[in-house]
Amino acid sequence: MTLQTPPSPHIHSGMRISGMMLRVIAALIPAIICYTWFFGWGLIINSVIAILTAVASEALMLKLRKRPLKPFLGDGSAVLSGMLLAFCIPPLAPWWITVLGVAFALIIGKHLYGGLGYNPFNPAMVGYVMLLISFPLEMTSWMPPLILEQLEIGFIDTLGMIFFSHFPYGLSIDALSSATPLDAMKTDLGLSNTVSEIIESNALFGDFAGTGWEWVGNWLLLGGMYLIYKRVISWQIPLALISTLFVISAFFFLMDPDTYPSPLFHIFGGATILAAFFIATDPVSASTTPKGRIVYGIGIGIIIYVIRAWGSYPDAVAFAVLLMNMAAPTIDYYTQPRVYGHVRGKD
Amino acid sequence: MHRLFQFKGGVVLKEHKKDSTATPVQPAKLPPTLILPLKQHIGTPAEPVVAVGDKVLKGQLIARAGDTICAPLHAPSSGTVLAIADHPVPHASGMSAPCIIIKTDGEERWRPRERNVFNFAELSAQELRGIIRDAGIVGLGGAGFPAAVKLDPGGRPVDTLILNGAECEPYITCDEMLLREHALEVLAGLLMMRHALNAKHCIIGIENNKPEAFRALDEEIRNSGADVEVVEVPTIYPTGSEKQLIQVLTGKEVPAGGLPIDIGIVCHNVGTAYAVYRAVEFDQPLISRYVTIAGSVAHARNLEVLIGTPLGNLIEECGGNRRSLRRIIVGGPMMGTAMHSDAVPVVKATNCVLVESTMHDVPLPSRDEYTMPCIRCGNCADACPVNLLPQQMYWYARARDFDKIQDYNLFDCIECGCCDYVCPSQIPLVGYYRYAKSEIWNQEAEKRLADLARERHQFREFRLEREKKERAERHKKKRSAVAKGGSDDKKAAIQAAMERVRAKKSEQDNVPKNTDDLTPAQQKQVNDADQRRREQSREEKIRESPSESKAKITQDRP
Repeated sequence: MTLQTPPSPHIHSGMRISGMMLRVIAALIPAIICYTWFFGWGLIINSVIAILTAVASEALMLKLRKRPLKPFLGDGSAVLSGMLLAFCIPPLAPWWITVLGVAFALIIGKHLYGGLGYNPFNPAMVGYVMLLISFPLEMTSWMPPLILEQLEIGFIDTLGMIFFSHFPYGLSIDALSSATPLDAMKTDLGLSNTVSEIIESNALFGDFAGTGWEWVGNWLLLGGMYLIYKRVISWQIPLALISTLFVISAFFFLMDPDTYPSPLFHIFGGATILAAFFIATDPVSASTTPKGRIVYGIGIGIIIYVIRAWGSYPDAVAFAVLLMNMAAPTIDYYTQPRVYGHVRGKD
Repeated sequence: MHRLFQFKGGVVLKEHKKDSTATPVQPAKLPPTLILPLKQHIGTPAEPVVAVGDKVLKGQLIARAGDTICAPLHAPSSGTVLAIADHPVPHASGMSAPCIIIKTDGEERWRPRERNVFNFAELSAQELRGIIRDAGIVGLGGAGFPAAVKLDPGGRPVDTLILNGAECEPYITCDEMLLREHALEVLAGLLMMRHALNAKHCIIGIENNKPEAFRALDEEIRNSGADVEVVEVPTIYPTGSEKQLIQVLTGKEVPAGGLPIDIGIVCHNVGTAYAVYRAVEFDQPLISRYVTIAGSVAHARNLEVLIGTPLGNLIEECGGNRRSLRRIIVGGPMMGTAMHSDAVPVVKATNCVLVESTMHDVPLPSRDEYTMPCIRCGNCADACPVNLLPQQMYWYARARDFDKIQDYNLFDCIECGCCDYVCPSQIPLVGYYRYAKSEIWNQEAEKRLADLARERHQFREFRLEREKKERAERHKKKRSAVAKGGSDDKKAAIQAAMERVRAKKSEQDNVPKNTDDLTPAQQKQVNDADQRRREQSREEKIRESPSESKAKITQDRP
């Protein structure tokens, strides 16, 4: 009889990385369905391409790095990175955009830095920025929101567009693409129109942030709440990020509502909600101390606003996240909590 | 209502307490042999006062405390001392240590009562502590620190005496059963402790998952009118940890590296209070205690177990199969220690024996075999009741960076296991912290030895230097004495000697010499001889002088 003598504790909550990742994926699904309702099958097809590429890249790198396949492929982190990146790619982007971006994210952004747990940058954002800089045209050709009311674009049509650049009804990509609300706002503001003129003249802007987009944002918000409730993510980063963006945009909006769009437009337009709950909360690359997470969220909120308002990119989530990723270790160092029985400032 | 505070973090665990609280507590069967480790407490081992072959009576002293931080041992039952030898003891390493092994005779004959006490209030605090110390009572909550030492505030005022009945670990119910069955005795023990400490307030803390225990105590307090508060605290692990219970009940924190007494608080376990009562009221030393036997056994329950009973006997008595054991955990599932053998005995601090079998029922939900990399999710930091950053400490433990890990306050870790429990990467975090702590202790021990060696070396250098200086000093003194021509009395002595010589000479001068009446030729011969002699002595002086000056030069050197 040999007794086992592992160190204490002898019980475990049963929480695994795969469990956390699965919950994040589950939280994304309502938003994916909503997105499909407004913009067609593109996101789902892109997601499948992204997942397959992610798993293949992960397996290849694990093989090269002589790591066991089963635990790491099963942890779900590669699948999630792929899905998040697919969410950021225009729904009708050619297939190789997705493949290239995801492969870059996982091979360069994740595994060359040491794989799961060691990557200083959010892999999905690394892939996204690479695509945005290298293929700006493909990465900014978004679908007009109400196009599905005018045209019947089915699953097969979408497949044809993504894989063979075959457009139905003899249309061209130009006819099927439009700017995002953030992009349109930026361009039109550059032409010295006022915010209210821009919004009234274009159906793109919907009720308060952008037709279709605002609904996707709502569902993402709901998914994010679920993640906080399940303690998969902490509340600090989303709250700090969104309130910072709200406060800054409200300040400028109140000063000059003709030049600066409303806080709601900033929060529900573009990728703010996605960033706040799903991207910036990536545990590996974010701050980990409770106070650090607040600083980190505030930092992202500020950078997003600065780039949107005065930079040359319409949206700035990816840049903001990557910049704050760089600062995370320093933030953690300076935001250590006060330990029980210690007096702050003294050791 | 007592105002409650919160500690940060903690985890909510499945309790598993129902099984072992269904049956009343009964004495465990008397085992054929009792194994009594000489060191069952924190401090120095006790010293045996019996020899192999001696007959002992129940309650008889068999090993005495040789030191302040030590506890004596008493025979838990009557019988014969079979051996005083090394035997496996309940320790994580599976090590053996000196034990007194008693073959029981089944008669359970008590030693005669040595003392009659009817009113503890007439005893001085010192006398009360003496009784508690002589009864071999140690903290029964798990740490096993000699109780009499903890009941001596050393002149410092004690504001609050906290009795810990929280029992926050899953499965363990021995304190709960003790409170349900012996609330009055526990209360009496608490009042004795209060007397020893001269404490102003008394609070008993119980987790709110034990309403029967709470009611029993509450009733006894109301009936007796004792000025004691019993407070229900939320069931969050690790409320039963001393520091966390103090925080919940008083809102105060024990300073880092300090003791509760530093903030006027003393904390004892309810089982300890019961043992104190038995010692003071009935002159019974600590020879038995309540132990929970739970897990893969047919009848999970609490037994009143004689100290020294081998775990295997208890497991069998509760319907466990000794041949299909996978794990035996002494203590709870969060902080308990897995044993290497079921031959190890119950000691004074053993509160629970948790059994896991290979055969039937549900195994404990353990960590996965395969550990994933840390993903920095921070769940560990959220769960830490001490507000540490467990994942940072883990990185530094892995990197063997023992300076950095201490910057992150490794030694404030209470090893409660919350971080480990919630870690999605299933990393054995507490194992890493224990490893780092023991490495640091080893390094410090080595450093102490090295420091000692260096100190010795430095002292030797210093001593050699000092001796050299002293020698030089002595030489210098001697020389200066010679140069000055000595002191006045020396001079006088010389003077006197000269006088004597002169007197003698003049005396001689008066005596006719053979040179007095000389012929001129003879006179000349004498003069010539004198002349020669003078010249000779001058030449000698000239020859000597260079060496003299040389010698002077060497003497000038320091």
